[in-house]
Amino acid sequence: MESVGSIILYIVVALAMVVFSVLAVTTRKILRAATYLLFTLFAAACVYFMLDYEFLGAVQIAVYAGGIVVLFVFSILLTSRPGHNSERLSSKSRVLGSVAALAMLLISGYALVSRCALYAAKPALDTPTMQQVGQSMMSTGHGGYLLPFEAVSVLLLACIIGGVVIARKR
Amino acid sequence: MLLVPAMIMFCCGVYGFITRRNMIAILISLELMLNAVDINFAVFNRYLWPEATEGMFFTLFAIAIAAAETALAIAIIINLYRSAKNIDVRDLNKLKY
Amino acid sequence: MDATLPILILAIPLGMFLVLGLAGCKMSHKMAGVLGCLGMGTTLVLAYTTAFTYFFSGSPEFVNAAGERLQAVIFNHTWLAFTDKLVIRLGFLLDPISAMMLVVITTISFMVHLYSMGYMRDHHGVYERGFQRFYAFLSLFSFSMLGLVVATNIFQMYIFWELVGASSYLLIGFYYVKPSAVSASKKAFIVTRFADLGFLIGILILSYYTGTFNFTELTSAPVEGMADVFNVSETTALSVKSIFESSATPVFLGGSVLTWALVLIFMGGMGKSAMLPLHIWLPDAMEGPTPVSALIHAATMVVAGVYLVARLFPLYLMEVTALEFVTWVGAFTALYAAIVACTQIDIKRVLAFSTISQIAFMMVSLGVARPEFHHGLGYMASMFHLFTHAMFKALLFLGAGALIHAIGSNDYTAMHGLRKYMPVTHWTFLIGCLAIAGIIPFSGFFSKDEILSSCLGNSTFIYIWMSLVAGLTAFYMFRLYYLIFWWKEHKIPEGHHAPHDQPWTMSLPLVILAAISLVAGFIPFGKFVTWNGHPYDFMAHFDWSVAAVSLCVAIVAIVLATAMYRKENPLPDKFRAALPRLWEWAHHRFYWDELYLFITHKIIFDRICRPIAWFDRHIIDGTMDAFATVTHAASRAIRPLQSGQVQLYVWWYLLGALALGGITMLCLL
Repeated sequence: MESVGSIILYIVVALAMVVFSVLAVTTRKILRAATYLLFTLFAAACVYFMLDYEFLGAVQIAVYAGGIVVLFVFSILLTSRPGHNSERLSSKSRVLGSVAALAMLLISGYALVSRCALYAAKPALDTPTMQQVGQSMMSTGHGGYLLPFEAVSVLLLACIIGGVVIARKR
Repeated sequence: MLLVPAMIMFCCGVYGFITRRNMIAILISLELMLNAVDINFAVFNRYLWPEATEGMFFTLFAIAIAAAETALAIAIIINLYRSAKNIDVRDLNKLKY
Repeated sequence: MDATLPILILAIPLGMFLVLGLAGCKMSHKMAGVLGCLGMGTTLVLAYTTAFTYFFSGSPEFVNAAGERLQAVIFNHTWLAFTDKLVIRLGFLLDPISAMMLVVITTISFMVHLYSMGYMRDHHGVYERGFQRFYAFLSLFSFSMLGLVVATNIFQMYIFWELVGASSYLLIGFYYVKPSAVSASKKAFIVTRFADLGFLIGILILSYYTGTFNFTELTSAPVEGMADVFNVSETTALSVKSIFESSATPVFLGGSVLTWALVLIFMGGMGKSAMLPLHIWLPDAMEGPTPVSALIHAATMVVAGVYLVARLFPLYLMEVTALEFVTWVGAFTALYAAIVACTQIDIKRVLAFSTISQIAFMMVSLGVARPEFHHGLGYMASMFHLFTHAMFKALLFLGAGALIHAIGSNDYTAMHGLRKYMPVTHWTFLIGCLAIAGIIPFSGFFSKDEILSSCLGNSTFIYIWMSLVAGLTAFYMFRLYYLIFWWKEHKIPEGHHAPHDQPWTMSLPLVILAAISLVAGFIPFGKFVTWNGHPYDFMAHFDWSVAAVSLCVAIVAIVLATAMYRKENPLPDKFRAALPRLWEWAHHRFYWDELYLFITHKIIFDRICRPIAWFDRHIIDGTMDAFATVTHAASRAIRPLQSGQVQLYVWWYLLGALALGGITMLCLL
């Protein structure tokens, strides 16, 4: 970590991510969960900015925060009555869920610590420009992503049609 | 360093996924997990192979696919709600034996 | 010769079958009957034209300068060409025996068509159910039989052979609501099919070594300068034999391979011609309508076996062992059937056994024929007897049909003394009996005499044997005759009309056939049909001593029958009491059916099939069932896992993922 500012930034972002994700899965009000998710996604966008992937951060904000969370909010409003809380979870399932999550944390944390990956220095990097990103997205051959790009476009089309078909009134 | 919050986020996703009953909440947990993985891609790309861009593009496409998947899942949930008036996974157990 | 006529001969019956079979139910009974008769009548005219052209036109296709009859392939259409050699053709072969068979088949078939118009209706003139179907099947049979006799190759013969078997099956089972008719048709089909298995194997052996199916290449040589004309040639048969000697194993189970092939082919003939021990189907086949018995089971189809041996006769000459086999099978069958015929009550059964016996006569005659003796007199005699027998046996059957139609029963016990009521039937039946008994000048006398002379030329033992059978023939036929028409006064059952003669459609065939039986003996048959085409004037070589002996035997037998059966008397019962064991055995046909039942049920079904069935049911099926049971039990056990609770699935997935992750960590770090 080079500067105090970046350390502070890191701490803020990391705290936001952890706190909001924990809140998102523990709150009983589903609309609040969606809001906490939004904050978590913002924090994730910040992470991308910190990694100098500006385009990725922008996409994260535009697609996730702007698109997906709005969808969530819409669907929540469509499927639940306002002010309706989801029922309290039984302690047994909470304990079991925590155990699973902690086990998960233990295993991946152990991997992370044992590889000493915590304190690696960030190598210098020229931020990929928009032009570079656009060119590799539209090129073929090594470092080109035209095929996945097209595949994703077809997938989106299929998704649109599928959504219409599934959700239409019979 | 950035992997630690991502890891915690993932575990939160797991917790939510297996404990929440509302299908939308489950979907939210799913998004959390996906985001954690996305961050992992970006971080590994940035720290280990800074001159390459594969991780970034992977994240990019993952975001696009996640968007598509969410849209479809929500369409299904709304449809289910319309027919069953309920989106609690415990009650949606018609798909057994 | 132009191919139009021959094609029409085959096409008209086939077309009739299709028309009557497909559209028969749409037309009236009478219409169907008239149409069938017209079709067969046309075929009759065409067949007669063809046969007369063959015998009398003197065209170089049919007869050469030396007066020898030739074989002419009128057409030979390649039907299936598998390889260069394996070619199946359908064609039309005109030679003495096929021309003669054309005449026989169409004559009898036409008579039967006509006769059935009257027979297949009750006394009030109401036609029987399935009348159109009956005519359709008759046409099918005529087509198949004609196709069989004109076959140019052994495979075509086999095809039509099966077709006649099938139409015979259909006609025996015509009254398909009667269980006995159904089982009889099944029996006939299975027994003849079993025999055909041998036939097929024989065909395959023969054609495997010779590389041909064609009769013209197996038994005759092409005539120089003429296309499609052949001359029966011993040289060709000899070369066929040498092919076998050079390429096949010399001896297989004590016989040469050619002998085996010929014996197996003859086995097919044994099945169709009801030779011992494959005769059991023919008496039961009498369950069919009587005209069918006359056409198929007396005159035409059952002589197919004789025709087959005659067709391949030059090959049989090469293997005397096979020919001797034919002789002995024939001789035993003739005696057996004659003895059984003396004890039967059902008049159609008597006629059936008499048919078996007479066909056996033809077989014996073929078996004893040797070129050294009067240019193969036996062959000619056999064909002659085939011809005359077809006529008088059809006559007898049609007469029996008239009796059955009038009385409504098959047993002579219900008849007795009918001569006053049915004069036409009486006189024609008497002519038939005289013909089969061999009384001069009826046709049977001449043909049977030729057969006996030919037997004498071969061996005295066979001659005495066959003369004995001829005597038995005269005896059982006159026993039948007297028991039907004499014995005692006819007793008319209460509330019944007196039996009377039949309508003209039934009488006319009887009279025509009686006339033919009366004069057919004077046909100089040797001029037309001999084994190698050489004309042979048997009248010039007529052996009067043989004739006198056979005539004496016949007369003695008839006198004996007259003494025993003309008037009601206790002589038959005394006779029966004197030989109880023999009578009992003969009455039960020497228990052949019981033997077959024993073999099939007690040995094959019980000893072989049942263990196999047990094995199948318990071991094979049991293994499969065990698989199914285990799978089912396992699925029941794991079914609760599929609870429909998505989060439970996630739990399982997570446990698996954690376990995998943990193991990976432990192993790698």
